[in-house]
Amino acid sequence: MSFINYMAREINCKIVYYGPGLCGKTTNLQHIYERTNPDAKGKMISLATETERTLFFDFLPLSLGEIRGFKTRFHLYTVPGQVFYDASRKLILKGVDGVIFVADSQFERLEANQESLDNLRDNLAEQGYDLAKLPFVIQYNKRDLPNVVDLHELREILNPMGVPDFQANARTGEGVFETLKAVSKLVLTELKKGQGG
Amino acid sequence: MANPQMVMYEEEFHQIQGVVDRLVREANAKVVFIIDKNGQLIAASGEVEEIDTTSLASLTAGNIAATGGIAKLLRENEFATQFHEGENQNIHIQLVGNRVILVVIFDAKSSLGLVRLRVRKATDELIKIFEALLNKVVAPGGDSPFAEITDDDIDSLFND
Repeated sequence: MSFINYMAREINCKIVYYGPGLCGKTTNLQHIYERTNPDAKGKMISLATETERTLFFDFLPLSLGEIRGFKTRFHLYTVPGQVFYDASRKLILKGVDGVIFVADSQFERLEANQESLDNLRDNLAEQGYDLAKLPFVIQYNKRDLPNVVDLHELREILNPMGVPDFQANARTGEGVFETLKAVSKLVLTELKKGQGG
Repeated sequence: MANPQMVMYEEEFHQIQGVVDRLVREANAKVVFIIDKNGQLIAASGEVEEIDTTSLASLTAGNIAATGGIAKLLRENEFATQFHEGENQNIHIQLVGNRVILVVIFDAKSSLGLVRLRVRKATDELIKIFEALLNKVVAPGGDSPFAEITDDDIDSLFND
């Protein structure tokens, strides 16, 4: 649910990075944080465990610039990927305007990807959202690793709807901004249609 | 659509800002701010330059969401009030009309009793304002400025 502030001439949107544990959601945010101009970003907050696993969420506010005199601001959130944090994941999806699913391209994580995607669909449905109608993109992360599933096969399994998808290596930043831009565009296009979330 | 669109207009903004400004004075607070349940800052007053309101808004909303989750598990409707006591500063968090969150940060110059009293009064006023705002948004004939946006406008945001 985007928030249009006529007084401050601002439009605020919420984007959530979803995906199985250790797929690279936090790494995506860290790269964006490191590569963004200081006046376009706020502080990045990570609520993580002592072993740097996301406990509740990461948060990064970003300003993209102006559209027709309105400042566009995006709040980026990640969910905790570990299976047992499902209650927290549900909370973070509240009020979401766009979702990026970060898939782990490695063979041994194929099932975890599918489970996480099903979990995303279920958790959205529980709150009255339909993933098929929400701005949604997929990122196949860790493409640099040797043991990755063939792109064609990944697409077939994870992206039967044919939403925009991108290959990435979040550690080096490859594909990170492309993914974010794609979902941001979809969110703004949705606003233009007057759906507003 | 899972939730109605949150929109803020000038008229209601001034009303809300008025309530928040007054609450800072009447409760002897350091900072007062209002956020929506998704963590978007709506209005703030007091010594706001000293704090990162965006981060605070997001964390408070996360806090309220987590507490709401606990309430649900316990079959409680909501825990509408939270209070965190620090060595030098305290924070009072109040859910308003199950829609927005009123946050008051105060130090030894005030007291929990005073803050509670003033928050209660402000909450009643805020509920009325937000109800009016919601009705306005639901009313047909939406004149979204975004209807006019072109694909080029969107593209131009991403040309770095």
